[in-house]
Amino acid sequence: MNPTELANQAAATAQRALELAEQARRAAEAAAAAAAPAAAAAEPFLYLLTIFLLACFVGYYVVWNVTPALHSPLMAVTNAISSVIVVGAILATGLATSWVAVVFGFLATVLAAVNIFGGFLVTRRMLAMFKRKG
Amino acid sequence: MGATVSTLAYLAASVLFILALRGLSHPETSRQGNVFGMVGMAIAIVATLFRPGMSGGGVALVLLGLAAGGAGGYVIAQRIQMTALPQLVAAFHSLVGMAAVFVAAAALYAPESFGIGTRGHVKTASLVEMSLGLAIGAVTFSGSVIAFLKLDGRMSGAPILFRNQHLLNLGLGILLLLLVIGFVGSGSEALFWLIALLSFALGFLLIIPIGGADMPVVVSMLNSYSGWAAAGIGFTVGNLLLIITGALVGASGAILSYIMCKGMNRSIVNVLLGGFGTEGGAAAAARADRGPVKVGSPEDAAFIMKNASKVIIVPGYGMAVAQAQQVVREMADLLKKEGVEVKYAIHPVAGRMPGHMNVLLAEANVPYDEVFELEEINPEFAEADVAYVIGANDVTNPAAKTDPSSPIYGMPILDVEKAKTVFFVKRSMASGYAGVDNELFYRPNTMMLFGDAKKVTQEIVQALQR
Repeated sequence: MNPTELANQAAATAQRALELAEQARRAAEAAAAAAAPAAAAAEPFLYLLTIFLLACFVGYYVVWNVTPALHSPLMAVTNAISSVIVVGAILATGLATSWVAVVFGFLATVLAAVNIFGGFLVTRRMLAMFKRKG
Repeated sequence: MGATVSTLAYLAASVLFILALRGLSHPETSRQGNVFGMVGMAIAIVATLFRPGMSGGGVALVLLGLAAGGAGGYVIAQRIQMTALPQLVAAFHSLVGMAAVFVAAAALYAPESFGIGTRGHVKTASLVEMSLGLAIGAVTFSGSVIAFLKLDGRMSGAPILFRNQHLLNLGLGILLLLLVIGFVGSGSEALFWLIALLSFALGFLLIIPIGGADMPVVVSMLNSYSGWAAAGIGFTVGNLLLIITGALVGASGAILSYIMCKGMNRSIVNVLLGGFGTEGGAAAAARADRGPVKVGSPEDAAFIMKNASKVIIVPGYGMAVAQAQQVVREMADLLKKEGVEVKYAIHPVAGRMPGHMNVLLAEANVPYDEVFELEEINPEFAEADVAYVIGANDVTNPAAKTDPSSPIYGMPILDVEKAKTVFFVKRSMASGYAGVDNELFYRPNTMMLFGDAKKVTQEIVQALQR
């Protein structure tokens, strides 16, 4: 095999490799384009689910540490903080374009507010009674 | 306020809520924990009010709603008697459930507010989350209303049972699932309201067969549901604070339910199927010929306790009903003056909600370091001269340890039988909630003090003062 032939073959191989690379790049682009909407849709949910599960674990360990004597205040205070749903109610009232949504948002705000004030106050009343000897 | 700022504020609120629960690990840190909770809630509300896009009129409306609801909540919390606490908590749970239903509805009619689509074209994932939040919220609402009515005595505490009850519930559950699938597929507003109605019915039907003394489990479970409902709404509107808080509350309620079930040695399924304690009445009557019981007078009790060196008081729901906690504390004070060591023993399921007895005793100014849980106090009964059982029955029944055929077999009990003398303050020989006879009544070292818990204890106090 003479050097010219060898050089030609090498050039052809290089050319072929380039074509393959180009093909691969196009395939990858197509795959990414196909995958992107799926990933975008799945990611926020997975992100929220991750936070949710981790929070469940935090709750689990924190609540096992609560002394049984304070289980009633625990119920009252968890009841108060679950009224954090008021955040959704405020957004519905303040951002909504439909009057139906505003009405529902407003009603939810009122109910959650009863709970927030009532829950924290009754917890405070209960906790104020737990005194040490003497 | 930009999105980053509000997200950071929500993060701060989440941390404060965790610290609020953390504070409850000890009475001394608990009050500060409650303050953390309030600050967290204030941060969450203010941060939301300053979110971009909030209209001036909307903010005004929100402030109006907060003021109206807040004033109502404030008045209720100030006026409520501590004995009415279980029904208050149940009523508050129902509000969270209903608020979840309303927020889900708002998200359905104005999805743009939460960036989950446009009306009639809500994202499928959001519809799934919305229907979950809606269904759990609605079940929480109607279930809590029934729990409230039962606890408040506006409805009989007796289980309401009918034929094919569980079959009906199962059928409704399957129908609910089909409706949810239809709703997620179509986004139909009519189906949304059908799901709400069916969930209301289901919550109602799930709680009516559950008897009064199982209410600690029910209240804990509804507590848990209110958390899951908040989390479901959090997923719907994509809000991290709602998700984190919902998970915390959901986990808390689930743990309390577990502790209550363990305190009765029953599974959550057994409690939920309901009807407990309705069939035992006849059996108790049949066994009533166990022999004579020793009936004592308050003077006898006063004399024996005055000369004791250690008295353990075992309060139960009967003490709460008779409102006897104050006079029990007076009796304990007089005994302490005589040099008697007085302690209180609390069974995990005593009363109508977790920790009910502890709150009542604290209200009567009993120091919390004289009040002990079952595991702590049980070894001490053997060295006690007197166990004073007031308004409790099943939680002291030795059949739980010795009689495998008893419905309460395996339930952890307070070992009052090991004390030298046991006083039972009871209105009659009637069996307790489980419908089983208590062999302790017939033992030679047991003395029955018949009458209203408050009146009997008052007479002991008078005898001690003489």
